[in-house]
Amino acid sequence: MMSNKRNTDAIKRLYSISESIYNQLDEGKVPKMVLPLRTKANIKFDTRSNVWKYGNLKGARSAKKVKGALMLLRTSYMLELIQEMIETNKSSTLREAYYISEGWGRAKFHSQDESNMLAEDLEIVTQCLREDFKLRPEEDGARVIGDINLVETDRKGKQKKLNCRDDVGDSGYGIPYNVEKEKLDLKDTSAKFVIAIETGGMFDRLVENGFDENFDAVLVHLKGQPARSTRRFVKRLNEDLHLPVIVFTDGDPWSFRIYASIAYGAIKTAHLSEYLATPSAEYIGITASDIENYDLPTDKLTDMDVRALNAELKDPRFNTDFWKGEIDLMLKLGRKAEQQALAKYGLNFVTDTYLPDKLSEFGLIRK
Amino acid sequence: MASTTAHKLAKSQKEISVSEFFEKNRQILGFDSPVKSLIMGIKEGVDNSLDACEEAQILPDIVVSIDRVDQKEYRVMIEDNGPGIVSTSMPNVFGRLLYGSRFHAVRQSRGQQGIGISATIMFGQITTGKAATARSKVEGAEAAKEIDIIIDTKKNAPVILREDFVPWNEKAHGTRVEFYMNGRYVTGKQSVIEYLRQTAIVNPHATLTFIDPDGKRFIFGRATEQMPPLAKEIKPHPDGIELGTLMNMIKVTKEKSLVKFLQNDFNRISERVAKEICNASGLPETTKPSNLSLDSSKQLLEGISKVKIMAPQVDCLSPIGESLIRKGLKHVLADVKPEFYAPPVSREPKVHTGNPFLVEVGIVYGGDLPSDQQVQILRFANRVPLLYQQGACVVTKAIENTDWRRYGLEQRGGSGIPFGPAIILVHVASTKIPFTSEAKEAIASVPIIQEEISLALKACGRSLKTHLNKKERKTKTRSKFEIVQVIIPLMAEKTAKIVGKPVPDLRGTLTKIMNVVWIDDSVTYDKGRHRVKVLVYNYTPKQQRFRIHTVLPKGSLDMASCNLKPLEIKEEEKVTWELPRIPSTAMYEVSFDLKGMDPEAFSETEVFVSGINPVDVMGADPLPGDWDLQGVNFTEVEAPAVVQAAEDDEEEPDYDESGEDLNDEQ
Repeated sequence: MMSNKRNTDAIKRLYSISESIYNQLDEGKVPKMVLPLRTKANIKFDTRSNVWKYGNLKGARSAKKVKGALMLLRTSYMLELIQEMIETNKSSTLREAYYISEGWGRAKFHSQDESNMLAEDLEIVTQCLREDFKLRPEEDGARVIGDINLVETDRKGKQKKLNCRDDVGDSGYGIPYNVEKEKLDLKDTSAKFVIAIETGGMFDRLVENGFDENFDAVLVHLKGQPARSTRRFVKRLNEDLHLPVIVFTDGDPWSFRIYASIAYGAIKTAHLSEYLATPSAEYIGITASDIENYDLPTDKLTDMDVRALNAELKDPRFNTDFWKGEIDLMLKLGRKAEQQALAKYGLNFVTDTYLPDKLSEFGLIRK
Repeated sequence: MASTTAHKLAKSQKEISVSEFFEKNRQILGFDSPVKSLIMGIKEGVDNSLDACEEAQILPDIVVSIDRVDQKEYRVMIEDNGPGIVSTSMPNVFGRLLYGSRFHAVRQSRGQQGIGISATIMFGQITTGKAATARSKVEGAEAAKEIDIIIDTKKNAPVILREDFVPWNEKAHGTRVEFYMNGRYVTGKQSVIEYLRQTAIVNPHATLTFIDPDGKRFIFGRATEQMPPLAKEIKPHPDGIELGTLMNMIKVTKEKSLVKFLQNDFNRISERVAKEICNASGLPETTKPSNLSLDSSKQLLEGISKVKIMAPQVDCLSPIGESLIRKGLKHVLADVKPEFYAPPVSREPKVHTGNPFLVEVGIVYGGDLPSDQQVQILRFANRVPLLYQQGACVVTKAIENTDWRRYGLEQRGGSGIPFGPAIILVHVASTKIPFTSEAKEAIASVPIIQEEISLALKACGRSLKTHLNKKERKTKTRSKFEIVQVIIPLMAEKTAKIVGKPVPDLRGTLTKIMNVVWIDDSVTYDKGRHRVKVLVYNYTPKQQRFRIHTVLPKGSLDMASCNLKPLEIKEEEKVTWELPRIPSTAMYEVSFDLKGMDPEAFSETEVFVSGINPVDVMGADPLPGDWDLQGVNFTEVEAPAVVQAAEDDEEEPDYDESGEDLNDEQ
C-alpha cells in the first residue's frame, strides 16, 4: 500500500491526540479522551443516510482507571508505529500490530480484541479509516460468483479485467480487503440481484445448482458475520451497479445480527455505517415463520440463544413489527433452524422452490 | 411358686464380663468396619503413647508401622519413647479392659477411659486368633520386658503366653506394642495417614513417623520443643453436676457432714460457699451425707444451682494455645501455602455437667486450598482428631449455625457448612468430653459447648474478614498505584517525546488520581528478625504531617533498628511515631526490626493514623477510641461525609467500563 495524503492526515490527527494528553498532563489534569459510547443504547437512525450511527452519548477514557490509562498510553505507541510504517512504506495486519506491541513493555496488548478495539477507537476519534493507519485485516476469503465485469489493480499495479463467473473457478472470486474504486472498478453486470449467503455449504449448493445463471443472480458468501470489505463490496454492488440485495442466512439470533450489520450497520462499527451498510438489503430467511411454514428440522435454542434474542428485543435496530414478530415467534417455538435444513425436501428444493417462492414475494423474479 | 421361677431365671442370668460385652458389641468401640478398625487400633495406641509421654514430660517420638499379612490381615506396630510400664503392670495394661488410673481421675487426657489399647488387642485376637506382643523398658532398666498376651474375654483377664527379658539397647525407655488385626488400609479423608497428619497439627511437640504397608515412610517432624503444660487433676466442679453423679459421690464420701463434703469433695467450694449451699438447699450443715435421701439430694442440687461458684481453675485443662495451633497448622499445611492463618482463639474455661472445658479455634485461608468446595473441618477432642460422624458433632452444628457470609465465606442462605478455600480447626478440651458414643467419634450437642464454639468461631471469623477486607483494599489500591507509579510516567515520557517538549511535572495529575495518603506495610523474616517496613506515600496535593501508631508483640521491638525514633512506647507495646513533613507526591519510609519471635508469629502490621483526616488515608485505620493515649495532645478529626472534589466529577460515563459485548458474533 503506497502512502498518500490520507495517511499523512491520519498522522496529524493521531498526533493531536498525543498532544492533548501531553497538555492535560502539563496542566495537572487527569488525561482523558472523549468518545461516543459504543453501546446499543447509543445508536440512532440517521434519516439522511438510512443507516444506524452513533448518537450523542459520550464516554470518557480516563487515566483514572488502569484500563483507560493503558489505552491512552497505547495511543501514543500506535502513533509511533503508524508514523514508522508510513515513512518506510509498509503496512501491517491487525494481528501483526498486536504482536508488535510485545515490544511496548507495560503498554502491550493483552489480546487482539484490545488492539482491534483501539484501532476502531482511533478511527472514530480521527474520522479516518484503519487503512489510513496502514493497518489491514487478514484476508478473510469471502467470495463471489456471478456475472460481474470488473477491473482489479493487482499488487504489482497491473490492471486485471475479469468476469466473476467466467474467469473464476468453482470457489469464485475472492474479495480483497480493499474494495475501493482505486483498487476495484466495477464495470457492469447482467445480474438482476445479489444474494448474500451466510454459510459456505449453502453458497456451494447454489453454485452447484446453477442458481446464478438460472436466476441472473450474484452469489456472495458472507462467511458468518461479514468482514468490512465484504459489507463494503455488497454496498458497492448495490450503489454502483444498482443491484437489489437479498440476505439469506440460518434461522437463529446470530444470523439476524448478520443481516442487521449488512442492512442497518453494526454497533461496533456504527461510525462507518454510512460507508458499510446497505439500507435497502432485504432479509429472505430462514425466518421463524419458515420453520413453521416449511416444517423444518430444528435444534433447541440454547440459553445463549435465548439471551441473544432477548437482547435483540431491546436493540433499536430490530424495533420493527417484522422483527418483533419473528423474534417473539422464535422464542415461542424455542427452536432454530439451519439454511441447510431445507435439504429435508431434497437438494434442489432450495433453488427450485424455496428461493423462487420467496424472491417472487419480493418481486425480484416472476414465477 | 413364683419364687421358683425367679430362682430359675437367676440361674440363667450369669455375669457378663466387660470384655465379653464388648466382644459382642464391638461397634460401640468403633471397630465397625475394616477401614475404621485399623484407624481405631492405631489411634488407641498413639493416644496412649502421647498421654504417657506427656505425663512424664518427654517430647514424644512415636513410630507407627503397618504390614500387610494377607488380603485382610495386617500387622500393626506402635512404638514410643515414653517412660515405659513397670513389668508387673504390663499384663493389666494390655490385657484388661477399663484398667488404668485415668478412669477415676478428673483430668484432661486423650484416652480418658482406658478402654483403648486392650480393646484393640482383643479385637485383633478375635479377628485373627493371634496374640499381641508388648515390650516395655523403664528408665534405668537393663533390659526390656516382652510378653505375648491374649485376653480371657470371659474373665476380662490377661493370659500371658510368653514372657522374656530382651535387650533393647537403642532405647533408654519406651514401649512397643505389636498386634495383628483384620482391616483394610486406605488413604484419603478417613485414613490412618490423615489421622496421624491431624494428630501432628494439634501435637506440634511430637514427632510422628509412619511406615505404610508399601514401606513408604512419612515423617511429621516436631514443630516445637515446648511441651504442653501438664494438666492437673481436680475434683468435680459442682456446676451442672448430674443427680446420679452427686448421689454416687454421697455414697462414697468419707466426710461426715454435708458442709465438709461440699468443701472437700468438690472443686472451687470454700467453707463460706459450702455454708451458702446448705442454706440455699434448706439442709442443715451437719447433715450426714449418708443420710441424704433422694429428695434431699434433689434439694441439694437445687441449692447448688442457686449459689454462684467460681469457674474451675484453668490448669486442669491443657489447651494447645494460640501460638502452637498456628505453628502446628503451618508446619503440616506448608505444602498448600495458605495465604492467611487467622490468629487462633482460645476461650476461657467453662463448665458442663461439672466438668471444665475450653474451646480453641483456628482458621486457615487461601493458597492451594480448593475454593469451590465445602471448607474442611478439623475436629479435635483433647488433642485427638475426630474423623468420623462429622454430621453428628456439636462442632459441625456450631459451624453450620454461624453466618459465614459475614466473614467472607460463601454459604447458601446463611447456614450449613460454608464453601471456600478454608480449613476450620476446632479443639474441645475437657476433663470429660461428652461424646455421643463410646467410640468417641462425635461430641454431643451440649448447649454451653456449642455456644462457646460459636463464640470462638465468630472471633476467628472476624480476623478472617479483616484480612479479606485488607486484601481487597490492597488489590484496589495496587491498581491505582500502578497508574501513578508506572503508566502516567510512561505516558508523560512518550507524549513529551512525540511533541518534542520536556517531560511535564506530574504532581497535579498524580494527586488528582489518588488524592490520598497511601500506607503500605510489608514484613520479611530473616535470621531471627522480622523486618517491618511501613511506606507512606503522600498523594494529596498538600504536604502532610501526622502520626502513625501500631501495636507490636511485647518486648519484640529492637529500638536500635528504628530509622525513626518512636515518639512514645506505651505499655503493651503501643508504639507511636511522629512523621516528618511529607511533601506532596513524596514518600517516607518507617522501618524497624522485631526480634526474638517465631517466623509465623508476625505477618501483618496493623497501622493506625492520627492527626490527619482518616478519609484522606488508604491502608490504615483511624486510631481506635480505646487506644487511650494519655498526655499526648492530638485531635481526632471526624470524617466529613463527602470529600470528592467537584472539579473532577465527570459528566461522561467510563468509556472502557460500558460493560457491553460489542461483538455480534457468537
